[in-house]
Amino acid sequence: MEEKTGEGGLVITKLDDLLNWARLTALWPMGFGLACCAIEMMGAYSSGYDIDRFGVIPRASPRQSDVMIVAGTVTFKMADRVRRLYEQMPEPRYVISMGSCSNCGGPYWEHGYHVVKGVDRIIPVDVYVPGCPPRPEALIGGFLKLQEIIRKETIRAPRAVQALMAKRQLNKEQQTLGV
Amino acid sequence: MLFEEIRNLLVELFGQEVIVAEKTEGLQPYLVLQPERLADVCLTLHDHEQTYFDFLSCLTGLDNGPEAGTMEVIYNLYSIPYDHHLMLKVIVPRNQEEQPLPQVPTVSHIWRTADWHEREVFDLVGISFTGHPDMRRILCAADWEGHPLRKDYKLQDYYHGIKVPYDDHNENNGFKSEPQWLTGTSNPFPDKREKPA
Repeated sequence: MEEKTGEGGLVITKLDDLLNWARLTALWPMGFGLACCAIEMMGAYSSGYDIDRFGVIPRASPRQSDVMIVAGTVTFKMADRVRRLYEQMPEPRYVISMGSCSNCGGPYWEHGYHVVKGVDRIIPVDVYVPGCPPRPEALIGGFLKLQEIIRKETIRAPRAVQALMAKRQLNKEQQTLGV
Repeated sequence: MLFEEIRNLLVELFGQEVIVAEKTEGLQPYLVLQPERLADVCLTLHDHEQTYFDFLSCLTGLDNGPEAGTMEVIYNLYSIPYDHHLMLKVIVPRNQEEQPLPQVPTVSHIWRTADWHEREVFDLVGISFTGHPDMRRILCAADWEGHPLRKDYKLQDYYHGIKVPYDDHNENNGFKSEPQWLTGTSNPFPDKREKPA
């Protein structure tokens, strides 16, 4: 360290930069796929493309993951589940919409009675990866784009937690009023 | 066993009135049966030692549209021991809105594969199978409205608060972090981290 920086083993940085660096170099996506895009996503995880080198390792639980990759066709039957999984993720949380189906409904846009016309009707999306399905390179590009977003972030309050606490407070007040 | 022979066997066992119509030209000849007698005829075709139709290859529901006013269920049977094929049809009147669904007797007690096929026909075309052990939707969500493969199917506007039809939202959506002055379109979620209501 000393030789590299010449600053006596000290690195001076902003807390923002440090946190952002920590976040963007360990983006853990939720291990979850919906359709053929998930096959390309698995290809990206595997040794050929190895997105582990960007710190991207799939996690088995929404509670431990930072990113949700919506890889595939979101049907109305799945929409409630996708929304719940998103709500179960801790903040800060990010969403990558992978492929035409989850971007805008894809080939099902006109006659697909069962397809949600874009996952951004359910949850807020940070990065859209185009393609049908996108190649693993495109998904890697999506992750790089997301890293650029995170690099520009600053500390903020966990809004979902605040909203939850406010709701609980409201429920409590209503209960005491009712009693 | 030829198609003619199977037809004559059915006439012999059940009488002439069980066969409503038959069509012998075309690639696959078929018999149109009385809906009420369908289960009896199928059970006989399954068990009879001259037919042994032990395999239901396919079960299809068909909506002929409001003008025709009919719906059909088509059964493709195959006999593994004799290598015979047979196509059967039943034709039932189509229901108007607010009327109960058309009824066809189930064959799920004869061929277990009909269980899920009949549920699929019920889900997508809207034909109810009487005597079926578990008549509920198989593909669409349980609280879905309507039967999507009917000719006069209308999409519902909202499902659980999610808008169903394609609209401007899809043209306006874009990279949510881009400022509005850059994209020139109104952003549905001004702060992308706020959950849409």
